[in-house]
Amino acid sequence: MKLVIGIVRPEQANQVLEALYRAEVKGFSISRVQGHGGELDRVETYRGTTVKMGLEEKVRFEVAVSDSFVQPTIDALCEGARTGEVGDGKIFVLPLERAIRIRTGDEDVEAVTPVGKS
Amino acid sequence: MSAVTAAVAGVDTGDTAWMLVATALVLMMTPALGLFYAGLVRSKNTLNTFMMCVAAIAVATVTWAAVGYSLAFDGTGDIVGGLNHAFLDGVDFAPREGTTIPEMVFFAFQATFCIITVALVSGAVVERMRFGPFLVFAALWSILVYAVLAHWAFGGGWLQEGGTLDFAGGIPVEMGSGFSALAAALVVGARKDYGRQALLPHNAVYVLLGAGLLWFGWFGFNGGSGFSTGDPSVLAFTNTLLTPACTLVVWFALDLIRGRKVTAIGAATAIVVGCVAITPAGGFISPGWAMLLGALAALPSYAVIVWRTRTHVDETLDVLAAHGTAGLFGILFIGFFAEVAWNGVSDGLLYGNAAQLWDQVLAAIAAPVYAFVATFVLLKVINAVMPLRASAKEEAQGMDVVQHGEEAYVTGEGAILVSPEDGGQIPVAVADSR
Repeated sequence: MKLVIGIVRPEQANQVLEALYRAEVKGFSISRVQGHGGELDRVETYRGTTVKMGLEEKVRFEVAVSDSFVQPTIDALCEGARTGEVGDGKIFVLPLERAIRIRTGDEDVEAVTPVGKS
Repeated sequence: MSAVTAAVAGVDTGDTAWMLVATALVLMMTPALGLFYAGLVRSKNTLNTFMMCVAAIAVATVTWAAVGYSLAFDGTGDIVGGLNHAFLDGVDFAPREGTTIPEMVFFAFQATFCIITVALVSGAVVERMRFGPFLVFAALWSILVYAVLAHWAFGGGWLQEGGTLDFAGGIPVEMGSGFSALAAALVVGARKDYGRQALLPHNAVYVLLGAGLLWFGWFGFNGGSGFSTGDPSVLAFTNTLLTPACTLVVWFALDLIRGRKVTAIGAATAIVVGCVAITPAGGFISPGWAMLLGALAALPSYAVIVWRTRTHVDETLDVLAAHGTAGLFGILFIGFFAEVAWNGVSDGLLYGNAAQLWDQVLAAIAAPVYAFVATFVLLKVINAVMPLRASAKEEAQGMDVVQHGEEAYVTGEGAILVSPEDGGQIPVAVADSR
């Protein structure tokens, strides 16, 4: 059981969603985050004040999956998020200690497997 | 009264006072349109969309003062006017022929019409057209399309001379912008995500507020198009209240039937559709018929919106449906329901004058065809010199950052002040740390 975190470009988020659905990964949450990953800084000017925008808008996917779904999830994130330019994002895979489905109290692999799947 | 403050002979101070206010009201419609349009696009394109309207104020005012006004309102040539008023030559305090207001006021009032019409067309190309080519397009379009159509309808051109009635701009403003928008959408092409992703309005409150301010301004637009405080202006003013209200009611009903819910963005659209429909007809039809016009005008515009979103034509903000279609409907409506008892000018078919309907049909064919063809050719020519579109990557990033170097909703987090000593030096890319 792993927690896969993918940080991607906002404009690629829809493609990532599609790729995840195709890979039958159907449980995840997303959030809007700001971050920096080595891409070119944007320079913006507001009435004479010129600033370097150090942070880029990103979308962060959090996907808790059983072991057999780790690679498909990573593949889907890469497929959906890759443009080939600096700033496409990162994927982090973390060990997951416990998972509980609140509605039923299902634990761990049960909890991260969509209903009617196991 | 001293000679300095005395009005020039033939100028009516009451009429002039109203027209000064009406001009300001119509100018406000363009930022209102900017707000309306900005709410309808995605947040990353907010500023660019609004800026196209601001650009229309800048560019169209200059071209209008230079040659546009003269081509529209100098002389009675069939197709275009002359150049005797170019660079405001002879535009002074003397009353404009046929009116009781100084020609300067008449010029300014008409300028605001040219401005908003240019801004309207931008709705077809937002979220992907580059700003530079838009400026060029706005300048040329205001002369080649708007001024020509304005001459046909208002300046003594062939339609007006032939008897076509257009009170406040169904021909140049509404059909002119609507059918040009269709051409522009076809030449510029669809947004890269069009039809593949849901491209949703990012702020419905902007849309409603923009529509409300447009309606407010429209009282100057229609109410000022009689160039006086006389009966036609009063009639058009009140009809500007009645018609959009009826459009709203019918739009609510259509929304209820189709989706079981009355939508806010639908309501904002209905306000615009109603205002557009009464624009050509304002001073020519009775309040009762104006209410019917509002109710009926909802139907074709609603249908065009439903149809358009099922096609590959990314006429992004539905200028054709809201302006082209409703404008055309209003122009034709005059042909049936105009009433001498109310307008003192002409009857429509219903009152025994079938010829009026033919005059209206002629305008409903000629103006769309000219607007579409001229805009299509103009954009093709500009595209040959400078690409109209941003790249797919720029489109993904959003036009605000790419075209203006600003964002509408900037948080300021992570922003580093570039000190003047750096000379605004563009930082280089940091090597990717992978």
